[in-house]
Amino acid sequence: MKVLIPTPLRSYTGQRQVEAEGVTVGALLADLDRQYPGIRFRMVDEHDRMRRHMRLFVNGEQVFDLSRPLVSSDDIAIVQALSGG
Amino acid sequence: MAATKIKTTKKKAAKRAAAKPRTLVLVSTRKGAWIYQSDASRRSWETKGPHFLGHIINHMVLDPRDGRMLLAAAKTGHLGPTVFRSTDLGKTWKEAAKPPAFAKAPAGMRDRSVDHTFWLTPAHANEPNVWYAGTSPQGLFRSEDGGVSWAPFSNFHDDPNFRDWFGGEQDGTPDGPKLHSILIDPRDPSHLYFAMSGGGVHETRDRGKSWTPLVKGLEVVEGFDPKNIAFHDPHCVRMSSDPDRLWQQNHCGIYRLDRPSTEWVRVGKAMPKKTGDIGLPITVHPRDPDTAWVFPMDGGGVWPRTSPDGISGAFVTRNGGKTWKRQAAGMPEGPVWWTVKRQAMAADKGDPVGIYFGTTSGEVWSSRDEGEKWSALARHLPEIYAVETAEIG
Repeated sequence: MKVLIPTPLRSYTGQRQVEAEGVTVGALLADLDRQYPGIRFRMVDEHDRMRRHMRLFVNGEQVFDLSRPLVSSDDIAIVQALSGG
Repeated sequence: MAATKIKTTKKKAAKRAAAKPRTLVLVSTRKGAWIYQSDASRRSWETKGPHFLGHIINHMVLDPRDGRMLLAAAKTGHLGPTVFRSTDLGKTWKEAAKPPAFAKAPAGMRDRSVDHTFWLTPAHANEPNVWYAGTSPQGLFRSEDGGVSWAPFSNFHDDPNFRDWFGGEQDGTPDGPKLHSILIDPRDPSHLYFAMSGGGVHETRDRGKSWTPLVKGLEVVEGFDPKNIAFHDPHCVRMSSDPDRLWQQNHCGIYRLDRPSTEWVRVGKAMPKKTGDIGLPITVHPRDPDTAWVFPMDGGGVWPRTSPDGISGAFVTRNGGKTWKRQAAGMPEGPVWWTVKRQAMAADKGDPVGIYFGTTSGEVWSSRDEGEKWSALARHLPEIYAVETAEIG
């Protein structure tokens, strides 16, 4: 499925949108990390909690639970919350 | 004949200069890192950077054991923490495969997550490629492969006493409680110290199997009980050239500890009364255990943490803290409101020693003569978090 990558993570992917697979959000993130080593830990901490400013949307629905099931037609957007200075 | 002699003398001088080591000043900031490389005289400096523009770099350190490997502790305001490695003095960087991360806590204990790596220390000279890292919240990690992968070191992360001493959300520094000042005894790789803000100073003599708090003699903020380790706030601890002497800049004064004693002595009481002995950084002479430098800050009222009364200056002791002398020649004479963070003051190994400090307003100041005269090495940088030095051949 297609995954939208926010600009702060494009140093890993080199592109705005990438392809990744997984039957859950956790599996999708693992596949992303396999393709782009290190990217997962920048988004998710060591206890599988989404980091404070990271957001992941499945078909427009905000998801925090990594066990959330996915199907191949799902549209995934990883977004970084805007804040800071 | 005379011309030939002059030419030969010049060639010899050039050869001598080329053989002299170059100093690197590694500057970590809230928005990236910069490397300054000196000529042999430390008069002119070449700038390399920014590295990791936009990243918060808490610490960047060169491995003195190989003179090539750089490690940088990084995160951004939004992304999680990581460690970058360079094996070619910063020309290229690779990310750690497994950055410092806490293990799952035992049942009934709260899981902790690394917010950022704060402190990096190369291990003992006889342990090539081994590094230690201190994190926020307080954690101690070890890498045995040059920073590629990191694992929790020792068993204190989930020790009930340490959990108390770590404190809660309201404790620690404004951007998170930190483990810092990881010191390794050059005579024994099993003998380590670290400090926590808050949580005191701790020592192991058995490579982390057991730890002993070292807080006797240290004062705490009025109203707190000094017997409670959690209330101790060492800002920066350094090991002198004599590994039995430690220096400490604490939230409550400047201290010296001479082992085997376990009692710190508040040598900062000899500082001028109007300046006081509150500050964040401390750095030591590479060859003289009696000499140390501090950069005092205003710790009165609401704790501005700026130069006391707007008067800039480092202070040096050359007699183990019996007396202190202000060193400010070359610094602005008018009021300045600098803050120098705990990792942002360093000494090189030159003779005379070079001293460097970085301000939160983005200036790096340097002295080639042990603090007697100062000049600005860099201006207009982002907020400076750390300054380290290194020598390259």
